[in-house]
Amino acid sequence: MPALLEVRGLTTRFRSSGGTVTAVDDVSFDVAQGETLAIVGESGSGKSVTALSILRLIPTPPGRIEAGQVLFEGQDLLTLDDAGIRAIRGSRIGMIFQEPMSSLNPALTIGLQVAEPIVEHRGATWRDALTRARGLLDRVRIPDAAQRLAAYPHQFSGGMRQRVMIAMAQACEPTLTIADEPTTALDVTVQAQILDLLKTRSEETGSALVLITHDLGVVARYASRVAVMYAGRIVEIAPARRLYRTPQHPYTRGLMQSVPRLDSDTAERLVPIEGQPPDLGRLPQGCAFAPRCRVVMPRCRTERPVLAQIADNHAAACFHHA
Amino acid sequence: MQRYVIRRILTLIPTLLFASAIVFVTVRLIPGSVIDLMLSQNESGAAKVSRQSLEAALGFDRPVYVQYLQWIGGILFHGDLGTSLWQRTPVSEQILQRLPVTFELGLLAMAVALTLAIPIGVGSAMRQDTAVDYITRSFSILMLAIPGFWLGTLVIVFPSIWWGWSPEIKYTPFLEHPGRNLAQMIIPAVILGFGLSAITMRMTRTMMLEVLRQDYVRTAYAKGLARRTVIVRHALRNALIPVVTLIGLQAPVLIGGAVIMEQIFVIPGMGLLLLEAVNSRDYPVITGVFLVVGVAVVAINLLVDLSYGLLDPKVRHQ
Repeated sequence: MPALLEVRGLTTRFRSSGGTVTAVDDVSFDVAQGETLAIVGESGSGKSVTALSILRLIPTPPGRIEAGQVLFEGQDLLTLDDAGIRAIRGSRIGMIFQEPMSSLNPALTIGLQVAEPIVEHRGATWRDALTRARGLLDRVRIPDAAQRLAAYPHQFSGGMRQRVMIAMAQACEPTLTIADEPTTALDVTVQAQILDLLKTRSEETGSALVLITHDLGVVARYASRVAVMYAGRIVEIAPARRLYRTPQHPYTRGLMQSVPRLDSDTAERLVPIEGQPPDLGRLPQGCAFAPRCRVVMPRCRTERPVLAQIADNHAAACFHHA
Repeated sequence: MQRYVIRRILTLIPTLLFASAIVFVTVRLIPGSVIDLMLSQNESGAAKVSRQSLEAALGFDRPVYVQYLQWIGGILFHGDLGTSLWQRTPVSEQILQRLPVTFELGLLAMAVALTLAIPIGVGSAMRQDTAVDYITRSFSILMLAIPGFWLGTLVIVFPSIWWGWSPEIKYTPFLEHPGRNLAQMIIPAVILGFGLSAITMRMTRTMMLEVLRQDYVRTAYAKGLARRTVIVRHALRNALIPVVTLIGLQAPVLIGGAVIMEQIFVIPGMGLLLLEAVNSRDYPVITGVFLVVGVAVVAINLLVDLSYGLLDPKVRHQ
């Protein structure tokens, strides 16, 4: 099956007074129709910037997509004109953001905000779009959807707002949904509900899902494939199951060991990853993970490993596997 | 909502009482009392009036606090602002004659200010740190710095020197001839509006920049909306909430400016009335004008607060 989304060599830089920072560095990955790809990494690893770069939502300046291709259904989103990218946003690709509190417009009704993409992309009248919005709110299980159309975001809880965001992002039944840490700002108790809903809705609409998260528990449960990002690069990419059983990159292994597991029968101790997350403005010459790596070799400090295939569908950027 | 309005109106009462007392006392402290003025004008007259009898006739022989209580009592119980000391006509009548003129001038100035400030402020924010932005910002500083009376004087002086043209001096009421009236009002309104637009424009720009950084603006772009729709539907509405407050706070400044403009352009509004009254020490007229202006400022601020509800749904539901 041809890939729905092919990201090739994506590079996004931010200019600041302190110099230029490469937030996303030569990132490539594919997303197949209907699959769920998780992008994992700690804060500042470039996963959100990757997501925003796909839809060209990077604030410019200071940000700039400097290289690469984002082929969506065979079309390079980075070379489209303004009207072209607008026709993709919200219609073919839906996006859900991290902060449900601030991502909805406080001055506009929920109904208007959910109906808006339908009016914009389907040319529906507001009346028809609002009727559809009611159905969409029903399907994300918002009670009394008909009354809630006239409500404002401040009258909703965080979880409810994120349901609204899901309804909104999928209003035009996109073939791809990008969710940028959709549950990070929510209570633990509603996180699972929202993710289940997101997964169900994506399956119903046949949408592929790019799930950006730092939560490995989320990854294990919802993703079919996982890309691990570190310092703006993908360091390992593999099917979820395989990545959990046999993580290859020392950083991925470190991540796995630092997460408590309920299914292990021995009382394993949690092992933290030593050191600090890298400063993107002053990356070491070689592998960005080298200063924190337990199995670092002299070569790692001078040369940068590239992402190389080590098995079927499994690639890692580490000299131990080159 | 109703309770809020009632409470707001009730809190106005002590404010206005206090302000009226201050005005009532201070006008009597202006050097050269109305009695002196009347006596000096009467010197050549036939019937010599004594100071005492004049004071008694005008009610100035009683202590100031008694005069104040009488005056305020008249307003509260009879809606009577008193009688002009010179014209012997009711103050309220004079004010009612002049009020619509000042109201029109203020409204026109506000309209000029907003039609300039909001589009320019938005445009300046959209082109942050470009030449357009710098030019509009410098222009607004200029407008803020140039006093209206100076600009008004220039408009009178230079065209008359260069082209032998000067603004109409004889005032035409709006209802009599709207075109001629507007032609006369527009120059002072533009000058007043310029000053007001400067600060409004800067506020609009700042707020737009703030709002354009918000997550919900990014959400709007992610929906595939055109820039125009994002600006007008999603950003402007949120940006205007503090701008409305600012406009409310500018009301006293606007009224103060109107007084000066009316004097320069000989427009018979409240400002000119006040000026004439101060010159002739017509105490009831001065206090009457101040009271009406005070009520107007307070009412504008109340209206501004209430208008938040239209812009900000959070306020509406509280």
